[in-house]
Amino acid sequence: MLTALLRRLAQTLFVLFGISVLVFLVFFATPGADPTARIAGKNASPETMEKVRHEYGFDRPLPVQYATMMKKLFITRDLTSYVDRGEPVVPEIVMAAPVTLSLAAGGAAIWVIASVTMGTVAAAFRGTLIDRGLMILGLIGISLPVFWLGQVANLVTQARYHDTWMFSWVPGLGYIPFSESPTGWFRALIIPWIVLAVLFTGIYGRVLRADLVAASGEDFMRTARAKGLSPARVLLVHGLRTSMITFVSLFGLDFAQLIGGGALLTEVVFGLQGVGRLTYQALSNLDLPLIMASVMYSAVFVVLANAVVDVIYVFLDPRVRDA
Amino acid sequence: MVIKTGSSAVSGVAAGPWRTAGQALVRNRPAMSALAILLLVTFACIMAPFYAHDIAHTDPFTSNVAGSFSLNGQNVDIMQPNDNPLHLGLSPAGPTWHPSAYFLGADSQGRDVAARLLYGGRNSLLISFSAALLCIGMAALVGVLSGFFGGVVDMVLSRLMDIMWAVPVYLFAISLSIVTISQGLKIGPFTVESDNLLIPIVIIALVYVPYAARPVRGRVMTLRNAEFVMAARSLGVPRWRILLVDILPNISATLVVLAPLLTALALLAESALSFLSIGVQAPAASWGTIIQDGEGLIYTRPMVAIAPGLAIVTVVLTLNILGDGLRDALDIRETSRKGS
Repeated sequence: MLTALLRRLAQTLFVLFGISVLVFLVFFATPGADPTARIAGKNASPETMEKVRHEYGFDRPLPVQYATMMKKLFITRDLTSYVDRGEPVVPEIVMAAPVTLSLAAGGAAIWVIASVTMGTVAAAFRGTLIDRGLMILGLIGISLPVFWLGQVANLVTQARYHDTWMFSWVPGLGYIPFSESPTGWFRALIIPWIVLAVLFTGIYGRVLRADLVAASGEDFMRTARAKGLSPARVLLVHGLRTSMITFVSLFGLDFAQLIGGGALLTEVVFGLQGVGRLTYQALSNLDLPLIMASVMYSAVFVVLANAVVDVIYVFLDPRVRDA
Repeated sequence: MVIKTGSSAVSGVAAGPWRTAGQALVRNRPAMSALAILLLVTFACIMAPFYAHDIAHTDPFTSNVAGSFSLNGQNVDIMQPNDNPLHLGLSPAGPTWHPSAYFLGADSQGRDVAARLLYGGRNSLLISFSAALLCIGMAALVGVLSGFFGGVVDMVLSRLMDIMWAVPVYLFAISLSIVTISQGLKIGPFTVESDNLLIPIVIIALVYVPYAARPVRGRVMTLRNAEFVMAARSLGVPRWRILLVDILPNISATLVVLAPLLTALALLAESALSFLSIGVQAPAASWGTIIQDGEGLIYTRPMVAIAPGLAIVTVVLTLNILGDGLRDALDIRETSRKGS
C-alpha cells in the first residue's frame, strides 16, 4: 500500500512537471514570437527589453529559461508583470483566490444537495413520469451554456424584475467580501451559485440515478430487501452508499477544476474578479508571467485533487489496497 | 428480461448488432424526434443565404445603422430612439416577428439578427461536427495504441492525457486560441490565418481527446484479453490484422455513442470561445459571437442574446437525447453489472 501511495506521489509530481513544461512551451517557445517583447509590454524602452531579457535568461538556452521561470514563480516569488505596471503576480492570485473559492464552494453545496435529491428521487420512482421528468430536467441543465444562462439571470434579476419584491435584494454585479458583510456576500453570490450549479446538478443527478439503478440489481441489495428492510432504507442506506463512489470521484475532479479557474465563464458574466477571470485577462493581454502563474496554480489544484481521489480509492477499495 | 432475449434467438437467423441497434433506435421516440429537430435546424442553417437574399432582403455582414426597412407598408428606422423617458441614445429595432423584415430585430450594428442566427448556425454546426469527428479520430488512435500495445506506449500516452486533462478544458482551449488567433499560425510553409475555422476546430478537438480516449482505451484493454483475440493470437494472426479485424469493429460502437455527446460538448465549447471573441472572428458569425453582440444590448434588446442561446440549447439537448438513445440501442454499458 505504501508503494502504491509513493508511486502515485511520483506520478503527481511528474504530471505537474509536465504541465509546467507544456505551458512554458506554448507561451514562451511558440515559433515567431519574442517573449521578451511580450513580457516587457507594448512600446517598452530598449533598456527595459534588455533588463527583461537578462532577468528571464531569454538570451540563454530554453532549459535555463524554464528553470529561471520556475525559480521566480516558486522560490523567490518575485515574478512581475510588466504589462500591468510592474505588479507582482503571486499576490494578485492570492487576492483572487477567495472569490473563486466562495463561488465554487457555494455552487458545490447547491449542486450536491440538488443532485443527490434528484438522483435518489428519480431512482425511487424509476420508470414513472417523475423519473422521466427529472432526467429531462437534468438533460436541459447539461445543455445550457453557462455564460448565456448567466446573462439571462442578470436580465431577470438586474433589470426586468429587479424593481419588484422578487429580486430587489440582489446587489449589483460584483463580489462583496465575507469579512465586509456576510449577508452581502451571500446575496451577491447566490445567483452565480445557482447558475454555476445547474450544469453539475444535471450531470451528477443523472450519474447517481444510473448508479442507483445499476446497484439495485446487485446481490447485497437483494439481501437487504430479503431481510425485510423498508424500500426507503434499502435505497438510502445500502444503495446510496455504494453509488456515491462515482459521485465522489467526479466531485473531486470538478471541484478542483472550478477552484483552479474553471468557473471562468461564470466569473466573467457576473463580474467576479476570481482566478478564472484573472487568467482570462492575463491571456487576453498576453501577460506571460501572469499566465504562467495562474495556469500553474490551477494545474496544482487539479493534479492534487486527482491524487487525493486516487488515495481515497486506495483506502476504500480493498482490491486496490492489497494489490 | 430473460424471456425477451430467448424469443429473438428462436426466430431463425439473428440480425446483426448494427441492425438490431438501428431498429431499437427507430423505436426510441424521443431519440427520433431529437434527430428530426436536429436535421430541421441544420437544414434551416444551410438555407441561410436563401433566407437572407430572398426573404429578408438583407446583408447580415455589413453594418447598416443609418438604414430603414418597411413593415406593413410603413418605413421604420433600424436605429430608434431609446425607450427611456428622455429618449437619449439609440437602440436597434426590436423583434418584428415578421419573417420578411428583421424577424428578431437588429443588433447594435443594424444587422438582421435572424439572418445572422442562420449564418452563425452554419459555422457553429460545422465547427462542432468537424471538431467531434476529428476528436474521435485522434481519441481512437490514442486509445487503440495505448490499450493494444500497453507497456511504455500506454504509459507515455496516459501520462500525456493526464497532463492535458489537468488543465481545466476551457482554460486550455482559451490559451491555445489566444496564442493562435493573436498571431495566426505558421507551420513550415503553411500559414493559417486567424479567421480560419480550422483553428477552433482543431483546438476543440484537441482539448477533448483525453475525455474520449479514456473509454476507448478501456474497451481495447478488455478486448485485448478477450477469448476471441487470444484465439486469433494463438493461431498466429499478425497483430495488425487482429487490430483491424477484431479490435476496431468492436470499438466502433463506443465511438458512435461518443459522437453526438462530443458534438454537444464541442458546440458548447465553440460558443464559449466565440463569446470570448477568440473563436469565430468578425464579421463572420456563430451563435457564440451573436450572444457576445447581444451582451451590450441585454437590458434593452434581450432577444439578440436570447435567440442564439435557445438555438444552442436546442441543438445540444437534441444531441444529448440522441446520444442517450444510441447508448441504449447499442447497449454500451458494462454488461457485467446488469446481473438479474
